[in-house]
Amino acid sequence: MKTDIKAEIGGHPLDEFLRTDRLPHIWCPGCGLGTVLGATLRAIDRTGLDLDRTVIISGIGCTGRAAGYVKLDSFHVTHGRALPFATGLKLANPELKIIVFSGDGDLAAIGGNHLIHAARRNVDMTVVCVNNFIYGMTGGQLGPTTPEKGRTTTSRSGNAEKPFNLPRLVGAAGAQYVARWTTAHVWQLERAFVEAIDRKGFSFIEVISPCPTYFGRMNEMATGLEQMRYYRYNSVVKHGANLDDLDIELNKPIVIGKFIDARRVYLPAQGAARGK
Amino acid sequence: MPEKGRISGEFFLSGDEACAEGAIAAGCRFFAGYPITPATEIAETMSERLPEAGGTYIQMEDELGSMAAVLGASWGGVKAMTATSGPGFSLMMENIGLGIMLETPCVVVDMQRAGPSTGLPTLVGQADMMQARWGSHGSYSIIALSPSSPQEVFDLTVKAFNLSEQFRLPVLLMSEEAIGHMYEKVTVPPAEAIKLTPRRRPNVPPQEYLPYVPDDDLVPAMAVAGEGYRFHVTGLTHDERGYPANTAEAQDRLVRRLVDKIEKNRDKIIETAEDGIDGADIVVCSYGISARVSAIAIERARALGMKVGLLRLVAVWPFPTEKIRQIAANVKAFVVPEINYGQMALEVERAACGQAKTVLVPHMGGAVHNPETILDAIKRAAA
Repeated sequence: MKTDIKAEIGGHPLDEFLRTDRLPHIWCPGCGLGTVLGATLRAIDRTGLDLDRTVIISGIGCTGRAAGYVKLDSFHVTHGRALPFATGLKLANPELKIIVFSGDGDLAAIGGNHLIHAARRNVDMTVVCVNNFIYGMTGGQLGPTTPEKGRTTTSRSGNAEKPFNLPRLVGAAGAQYVARWTTAHVWQLERAFVEAIDRKGFSFIEVISPCPTYFGRMNEMATGLEQMRYYRYNSVVKHGANLDDLDIELNKPIVIGKFIDARRVYLPAQGAARGK
Repeated sequence: MPEKGRISGEFFLSGDEACAEGAIAAGCRFFAGYPITPATEIAETMSERLPEAGGTYIQMEDELGSMAAVLGASWGGVKAMTATSGPGFSLMMENIGLGIMLETPCVVVDMQRAGPSTGLPTLVGQADMMQARWGSHGSYSIIALSPSSPQEVFDLTVKAFNLSEQFRLPVLLMSEEAIGHMYEKVTVPPAEAIKLTPRRRPNVPPQEYLPYVPDDDLVPAMAVAGEGYRFHVTGLTHDERGYPANTAEAQDRLVRRLVDKIEKNRDKIIETAEDGIDGADIVVCSYGISARVSAIAIERARALGMKVGLLRLVAVWPFPTEKIRQIAANVKAFVVPEINYGQMALEVERAACGQAKTVLVPHMGGAVHNPETILDAIKRAAA
């Protein structure tokens, strides 16, 4: 069937924050990334950040493409290296507000070492980690967050490995704000972003997000809607939950909420000026 | 009144310490690194000296992170560097590639030790020279400098920063353990006597700024984060807006410019030091510590009545192809001592184009050449 209808783009409340000349984006129908990015941008708007001093940094992968759609100073860097790049940028100019927006594979696999060290140093930045349990950009391979028995193109008979419990990982490393929400919890997500942006130090929000194209299709939730329903009806809010209880297992409830909200010494040191 | 943290005068410094002082004199105010002998003293010196000069030192979790942090700092508007040795240099290749692609000024020091792998910690080597040129994936050109003394480490570190700002790329200082750990007199000129190249800033309003519109010399002006330009840059092949452009045409346009901005400006970058090349039958072509050892061998050869010249590569990349080709027409042979099994010798041979033979004097690393070995090679080449 031949169609020549061109979508008219514009008039969206977030246009001010988007490079509309780069739309439509590359994300699949049913993907949760638009929801997470929307919540991030609304949170930036709500917190009244100086947009000229707000920077978005992404690594590689589906989530990594976010930086390219945002009309701020934005960096799309190497796979896994968004955090150390962000660390250098923040230390060079402490006046910048840094938001790292990247995926579970980027942040927790290839960038895993940087993740724990950025949390340990408590570098002042907000990290949005979109967890879709799979490598989407490369076509659906096993990741460090794929649940046990989860099927992917490289674990066709089910994942034999235990996945990371990301809140426990970054919490143990020293992150001072740690939360987990899903794309079915848009208000809570947005509020968490607002809180995280307001905090000084390393804040980390894991966002459980559907990837119907790969994870859902291979794990009996073939549409984004099915995955969203699952998150809607199988999530349990437990603020301050024991980090040990946050493992994610197939067909089991997902514990969400704000788990850590503490204060401690962070980098760059208070009073640090540009280049100091 | 000297600027805060600045020193000037005469000092007894190691190559590593001279490197740190050169960086500070060049305006470097950010260092991210990971300990590795024989470059550790650069990090140690920077951790002391940078805060005095109002800068930041951070020890990262590895060299992948170090290089990424250096790029981040540079985009924050601060001159930035890192220093490492072979094993760390290998890890840095990933983000050196990003630095090339984003066109990010910064300096990377490789105090070479013998490899492969962990190799000889920590004895001298010069076997990262081709890695410096080709080590990151994809097509690009690079600038690498090779000092022969602690004084020259100081001078070339300053120059490396200037070149990195002029051409917007990571510039490599390819030194080696023998120079890094060598103590000699180093003269640090007063600040006003050191010429610094400022960053090429955009001269258009933010809304008109496109990150990759080049000037006539193929180098674009660079905005930094936080100044309202709201730019996007990516390691993906991109167009002049900095937007990903997934086509062969965009690739052709971008990669040609990344290479040509160095190759078409070769004359501004290439630096050699020559001694007695006119009328020579044999020219020894070397760099770094090996050029110093070569000078001893040349002196002995001249004492035997031989006509031997020295061509020292101060900038090793881009390679002075035209100069070597010119010399090749008038000499019998090039003798190339280097602490590897033949790297820059391949370039000399290529440049000589069959007009003169190339005699490699290899050393597998762990020590510098015995001058007699080089002298023997000179005699063989002359025979």
